[in-house]
Amino acid sequence: MNIFETFSLAIKNILSSKMRTFLTMLGIIIGISAVIVITGLGNGMETYMRDSFAELGTNLLQVNIQGRGSARNVSIDQMYEIVQKYPKYFEYLSPSVTVNATKRIGTETITSATTGVSEDYIYIKAYKIAQGRNFEYMDIVDRKKVCIIGEYINTTYYGGKALGDSIRIDAEKLTIIGIAEQKKDEMKEGGTDDFIFIPYTTAARLSRTRVRNYVVSAPNEDLMAESKSILENALYKIFEDEDAYTVLSMTEVLEMLNSMIGIVITILVIIAGISLVVGGIGIMNIMLVSVTERTREIGIRKALGAKERVILSQFVIEAATTSALGGVLGIVVGFLLSGVATKIVTALNSDPITVSPAVNSVVMAFAVSVGIGILFGYLPAKKAARLNPIDALRYE
Amino acid sequence: MSTMIEFRNICKYYEMGDETVKAADDISMKIEKGEFVAIVGQSGSGKSTCMNIIGCLDTQTSGEYFLDGRDVGSMSKNELASIRNEKIGFIFQQYNLLPKLNVLENVEVPLMYAGVHRGERRKRALETLESVGLSDKLKHRPNELSGGQQQRVSIARALAGKPAVILADEPTGALDSKTGKEVLAMLFEMNAHGNTVVLITHDNGIASQIPRIIRLEDGKVVYDGAPGEEKHNEHI
Repeated sequence: MNIFETFSLAIKNILSSKMRTFLTMLGIIIGISAVIVITGLGNGMETYMRDSFAELGTNLLQVNIQGRGSARNVSIDQMYEIVQKYPKYFEYLSPSVTVNATKRIGTETITSATTGVSEDYIYIKAYKIAQGRNFEYMDIVDRKKVCIIGEYINTTYYGGKALGDSIRIDAEKLTIIGIAEQKKDEMKEGGTDDFIFIPYTTAARLSRTRVRNYVVSAPNEDLMAESKSILENALYKIFEDEDAYTVLSMTEVLEMLNSMIGIVITILVIIAGISLVVGGIGIMNIMLVSVTERTREIGIRKALGAKERVILSQFVIEAATTSALGGVLGIVVGFLLSGVATKIVTALNSDPITVSPAVNSVVMAFAVSVGIGILFGYLPAKKAARLNPIDALRYE
Repeated sequence: MSTMIEFRNICKYYEMGDETVKAADDISMKIEKGEFVAIVGQSGSGKSTCMNIIGCLDTQTSGEYFLDGRDVGSMSKNELASIRNEKIGFIFQQYNLLPKLNVLENVEVPLMYAGVHRGERRKRALETLESVGLSDKLKHRPNELSGGQQQRVSIARALAGKPAVILADEPTGALDSKTGKEVLAMLFEMNAHGNTVVLITHDNGIASQIPRIIRLEDGKVVYDGAPGEEKHNEHI
């Protein structure tokens, strides 16, 4: 009697009591579909995070200078020196000064993010100038009242004719000298195309602050770790105090967030896994009932020459087949639910997150369900195999 | 003629609480190849124990049992399973067919455990079913057949594996007298074809038709010989 025959016998037995088999499998179906949806959600979130960070720039280092008392600080020129010293590791540098002031176009107040930057910021953030010009050295030196705006502002407030017009920031009137090319297909308030860049010198004066933040771009994403440590070493030489500055790499932040998502997903999968164990116990329970019900059949089979191993494998394969069938149904249900989950998550969160189960999680789910069948089917199967043929034949 | 079944001082004891029940108490006997023997006795006489031991479903407490020249007493459970499959064709009172399988599949079961290949298995099962006159019921389930038909399926199943011994446990017990006679006739026919047949029964009416009877009482052999002579002895 080979595996194939044992298998077809198992299928026959399973099909002979469909309702019972379905109820037995229910625990596995629920468990597997939950695991599929949860891992799919994890994948979706990771993809979403990666895309969002790619937009921010994964080749960027954010430098924040806290300084050490008021005595020591790093000048903008010193920062430029560091960056220019290592052309292999650094490409562009720009100070970054956030301006928290009231912005008005005519009488209307706008919320656009306003940042004081250098002429290289455009390149760092991979914008292109569509109309007008970029900042020039003299704009920065002279703290000129000029700005570059995103396409969103141009279309929304100026009907596409913003160039040469002006924006008021607090009491100052800034002339629009450049308009960046639209980056995203869909523009919205607070999005990628809704911004105002002004010279950092102008920004520092408006906000009455010193430059404390810089953005540095690296030419190569793979060298981010080295770029970061070179920058940190250079800053340490100046401050001799690790607390005086922080250098944050976007890739690092992304990795950190991903590993946090990973932990949350793992915990959720473990919780869903508990229902797999419960499902396994359900299978074991039904198999035990089945062994009792089929005591006579087992006796007959043994009398006719079935060895213990044959009876054992018959019941184990039956349990594993039931469980595997539950696993397959669970995978199907999981995929259907993933579609529903995508719609729900996207509706709740204005950005689209696609719940997409990975192939390896499907394979895993199937393997786990077969494994559970074998594990929980073994005890009842052992009981069946050990039955004494005489007692089993007499069993009514 | 060679010996098919040989019991040498077979004893089987069961512990029932404090008491030891001697189900088989020093039984010795020989059954030759091609014989037709009835083992007769009232319930509790030890005939079921005897049948279980002959059928390799149970092992003796002491003594030796040779089946077709092989010492069965020292065999493991798996070896016993193989021996049953190979040497014994069971016919039970309650037929003991597998209810979920059809007639053909039921007859194939022992061949399947013997490792007979699919095609050959089907061929042999069909042949045997034809010999018991059930070629037209192949796809029927056991519960769709009459008692006599079911017993014929079980006879076919017993014969399919070409066993050394046909072991029939009260094969007519659940049948009406007419069908019972038919089944008995089939056993005679099997015997005529050279099969060794051992019939277990409590029914003297049936036993008296068998060439040789072994009568058991309280686990001991009280008579072994032709049925006619037993009556003669009783009269004395």
